[in-house]
Amino acid sequence: MSTVPGNELLTEVEVPNRAGDRSGAVGKAIDTVIRSLVPVLLALVAGGVLLLILGHNPFAFYSSVWEHGAQNKAWQESAKRMAPLLLIAVGLIIAFRANIWNLGYNGQFLLSAAIISGLAPSLVNDLPLGLAFLILFVVAGLVGAIWTIVPALLKAFYDTNEIITTLMMSFIGVGLAQILIKGPFQDPSVNIAQTKVLELDKMLPHIPGTKVHIGVLVALAAAVVVYFAISRTSFGLKVDVLGANPRAARHVGIQVKQLIITSFFFSGLLIGLAAAADILGVWGYIRANWNPAYGDTVIPFVFLARLNPLVVIPFIAFFAVLSTGGTLATQEVGLPTDFLLVLVALILLFMTVIEFLGRRRSLGQSYLTNGLREALRLPGRKKDGAAAEAGETPKKVAR
Amino acid sequence: MSNLFHQDVLTALISGGVIAGIPLLLAACGEAISERSGVLNLGIEGMMILGAYTGFVVAYYLHSTWLGFLGGAGGGILACLVMIVLCVWLGLDQIVVGIAITLAGEGITSVLQGAQFGTTYPRLGATPTTSIPLLHKIPVIGPGLFEQNLLVYLGILFALFLTWFFRATNVGLNLRAAGEKPEALDAAGVSVVATRSWAVLSTGALAGLGGGFLAIVGAGVFTPFMTQGQGYMAIVICMLGRGKPIWVALASLLFGISLSITTALQLAGIEISTDLINMLPFIAVMVALVIFGRRSYLPPALALPYVRGAR
Amino acid sequence: MSPAVTSAVVEVKGITKAFPGVLANDDISFDVRPGEVHSLLGENGAGKSTLMGILSGIQTPDSGGILVDGEPVRIDSPRKALDIGIGTVYQHSTLIPALTVLQNLMLGDSGKLLLDAASARARLEEFGALLGVDVDPEARAADLALGRQQQVEIIKALWRGSRLLILDEPTSMLTPQAVDELYTVLARLKADGLATIFITHKLHEAVSLGDRISVLRRGRMVGTLDAAAVSSTPPDKLEEIVIEMMFGSAAADLADVGELRVGLGEAEAVEAHARATKAAVGEPLLELAGVAAPGEGTDPGVADIDLVVHEGEVVGVAGVDGNGQRALAEAISGQRRLTAGEIRLFGAPVDRLNVLKREKLGLRYLTDDRIGEGIVGSLSISLNLFLKRIGQAPYWRYGSIRRGTIDARAEELCEQFDVRAPGVETRAGTLSGGNMQKVLLARELSFGAKVVVFHKPTYGLDLKTTLGVREMIRQMRDGKAALVISTDLDELLEVSDRIVVLSRGRLVGEAEPGPGAAERIGGMMIGDVSLSLAGAGAEGTE
Repeated sequence: MSTVPGNELLTEVEVPNRAGDRSGAVGKAIDTVIRSLVPVLLALVAGGVLLLILGHNPFAFYSSVWEHGAQNKAWQESAKRMAPLLLIAVGLIIAFRANIWNLGYNGQFLLSAAIISGLAPSLVNDLPLGLAFLILFVVAGLVGAIWTIVPALLKAFYDTNEIITTLMMSFIGVGLAQILIKGPFQDPSVNIAQTKVLELDKMLPHIPGTKVHIGVLVALAAAVVVYFAISRTSFGLKVDVLGANPRAARHVGIQVKQLIITSFFFSGLLIGLAAAADILGVWGYIRANWNPAYGDTVIPFVFLARLNPLVVIPFIAFFAVLSTGGTLATQEVGLPTDFLLVLVALILLFMTVIEFLGRRRSLGQSYLTNGLREALRLPGRKKDGAAAEAGETPKKVAR
Repeated sequence: MSNLFHQDVLTALISGGVIAGIPLLLAACGEAISERSGVLNLGIEGMMILGAYTGFVVAYYLHSTWLGFLGGAGGGILACLVMIVLCVWLGLDQIVVGIAITLAGEGITSVLQGAQFGTTYPRLGATPTTSIPLLHKIPVIGPGLFEQNLLVYLGILFALFLTWFFRATNVGLNLRAAGEKPEALDAAGVSVVATRSWAVLSTGALAGLGGGFLAIVGAGVFTPFMTQGQGYMAIVICMLGRGKPIWVALASLLFGISLSITTALQLAGIEISTDLINMLPFIAVMVALVIFGRRSYLPPALALPYVRGAR
Repeated sequence: MSPAVTSAVVEVKGITKAFPGVLANDDISFDVRPGEVHSLLGENGAGKSTLMGILSGIQTPDSGGILVDGEPVRIDSPRKALDIGIGTVYQHSTLIPALTVLQNLMLGDSGKLLLDAASARARLEEFGALLGVDVDPEARAADLALGRQQQVEIIKALWRGSRLLILDEPTSMLTPQAVDELYTVLARLKADGLATIFITHKLHEAVSLGDRISVLRRGRMVGTLDAAAVSSTPPDKLEEIVIEMMFGSAAADLADVGELRVGLGEAEAVEAHARATKAAVGEPLLELAGVAAPGEGTDPGVADIDLVVHEGEVVGVAGVDGNGQRALAEAISGQRRLTAGEIRLFGAPVDRLNVLKREKLGLRYLTDDRIGEGIVGSLSISLNLFLKRIGQAPYWRYGSIRRGTIDARAEELCEQFDVRAPGVETRAGTLSGGNMQKVLLARELSFGAKVVVFHKPTYGLDLKTTLGVREMIRQMRDGKAALVISTDLDELLEVSDRIVVLSRGRLVGEAEPGPGAAERIGGMMIGDVSLSLAGAGAEGTE
């Protein structure tokens, strides 16, 4: 089709954001890859500079990370770490695509983890192991999901900002988890505040030939299922419409309230499953004041993968290596493991900067959906669209 | 002596509440400035923790509470510079950058604390207090309210000042315009970017000062992650107070009291799980949001980057 | 006042400004003199707003220069523009709704720490006297009528002693009466020696108000009719000359000039045409009885709406923007709950049906806010065409989307509705306003549309698309029904069989297009006491 005068902007066509799209030149793909990887590399470099300042050799540090995270049998530890990270990432993807900032992942995760750890010791002994695991996963998912209900209802019915409510619920959830661990679920045989430890043969079975538990397969399966749901089903399209333009969602007859609650529910559900996979697969118990804050570290990778549940897998694999290797490497040189948090924050910052440069060159797509950027706008407000007519686009005025 | 209404208990409750409330008050007033100008500052938690660390370090090495406070404000400013450049100047996503600043603040202070002190946590001595003549002799509330660090009084005065500032000055009007309708401010010939930059800068300074107060006066020690969500709480307080400094100050002090209940209860000989007590402020916030959430007010242009002539 | 030939206040020389993919201003030169109104006329997309943006410091030109009193200046910020005496009234209000009139006016009074309300109040009184208007300094901007808001905007533009006033499409939101008031204000300012640039796309306004008329087309200055030419040519002839300037050879593409002039707001010419095509009216398809719906934010609700739209009928809803149009449209479409009354579609109540169920029955709503709620910019044209039938067979099967089926149907629709795009995969957000509207029309008018609510269907569109859309509306008379909500009275007079008037959320009267209809309707729009229901409770802005 030829462009007509006045429609000159049509020559600037961008690839649609939806998964499963046919167009997409190789150059564009390369560009996307570069834009995804550069922030990570820059963050590693900046982290290296920080290490130098602190008097450590960055090369030695990073090779130690690689050694402890990927070489020999260490990759199996990283693979195990992937299970909770990936499940949380996929859970966040559902929420973020729907324009919902579910930042309550720590509370959802820890509360599920505490309840699972409390229930597991008796369940695995009383019931057939398979059935016990099934029940525990369902319970974990439901706990995570239920912990999103108050923010979901508040957002759906009163349009209360979910960033605030999920954070508050997160703090409450973490506190409640501590009370459960120290109270009803306390292992009476020890003096430390922790739950009963599962026996090794009562934990999730391993994938044959490895020491990797099958929770990792659950996580990978979840990523595939969510990918299918997002790219093929009407639920996925509705979520995308809601995420990109909530007012359009209402206009085209999507039940917005219901969809907000559903998206929240599945987001919390997957985060709850992450807790089950981690507790039943790796730890076997939970200690008071243990908070791995997996969700904090997952956020940049979710954006770098452009909210695509399959693309996020390699990113999570990378971070799993960095995380398991980095924990040991930091201990080796006597640094707090929170150094990894700095790396994650740097990735986020560089990501936004690269995003800015990319937008400047109007290449590829954004890391964030339009709607997500406007998470804090109240519904009923107009927003500037991407379209522009030559010289005369009416600038929509907020309210 | 498990008398909840014993004089010492009440004094401890009020005094502890004020001390715990001041960091919230400073940070929430800062957030009010920033939000009024249209910048949602989710990085305030990171700015507080950085301020707590720098404030503590300065106070520790220079043996000066006041230099410590300055150091805290400096730390906050350092953190908010990132936000100014990325969000106000370049128009990048305020939420993502805010999260990044918080994570970076938490991570870097933990790393630096570890690099400096290893696993020991040195304490500062008691900080000087200023008694207000006569008033501090009032029973119960006297020692609680009028025998505090000078910054406590200054913080409360600041909230009053801010009310006046918002109402009566040109800059106050500009701030409001930047949050309500930035294009109108721009058309009136005032730079939106400059207005918002100054707003975020003062937010950083106040959050850092609050963090410094928390470490120097409140705890007397720096521990990683010691702000424990107080920055987020400041955001909520600001929302609930509709950005009005007086309400923000009152709400901060109330939340401060709920934070200090643990100590007071221990004094009263009542043993309640500290976890439960620590949850109280957050539960209070949720209840307040459920009840008043519909009435909270956010400026229309909040969290939206301003680009002149954007199309 | 005779247009004395004095030296120009502001002179624009060879301004060029390009945006990605479009040359908005191409080597434009013109000037404006003290005590004259210089009309700047052009279609949507001709580059008027860009030129205005450059003069007011919102945008900077790629090349070319601006002379003020013969001296070259660089206007790189709105502040600079104000400093050298250029005040602008933008098309969209720059008043801050939550602030009072006085606060709005004091905004930007920097240099002093404290706000100086006393002297601002005095200055407002001066301006009130000059303009012949009386404004309450303590009223919130949001509570003022639109015409009054615009007067405040003009005062704001002149607040710091401007010598040039730029008005960008100032009449687009006003009632005919408020337009008259604006003309009076402008005449007084002109007499005071102020230079004015009057930007519009409405031919008759440009001609009736301008001492000189310049025409822009696709970013180029076609030419300027000087004061002598304007004053010596009879209006009819002048309009023909200007039409030729605006459209040139393109006018040939657009049917006959008579039709063109309709598009430009000449209501009279079309009435015969409208009457002739009026079909026999059939069964009632859409009935509203005592309908009330709440407002949202500053947008008021509606109450006591009684309205029937019959088969083969096009009913217009006239009214000043912000008098409940959106509440009415959304109540019918199902996006807003009724607080009272009943809506019947094909004789059966639809109160319990949600948007999608009404949609399936054949009720459609073409939204006025195509970017804000019509289109999802990040999705493809194909998906945008199917947003109202997500999950329905045959486009979804076994829960899975069938892209092939959707794309094939989308291509047909694009062909049928003349959507110009590289392909159906194109992101809808990259389309021009006209093509976006065609996508929405394709979505709403296909798949068995029976009753369609058109809300500001041609707002911001170029003339050719506008004429096309109006033709589609007229075609609804063929066995279907349409409710056209528009703030463009000329448009309603052209397409409607009858027009009801919405004011303060209530229907205050009804008229058939015909001689004098515009004035009658205009009177009802502002709630002429003799016609309106006394004390209508709904909050309004007019």
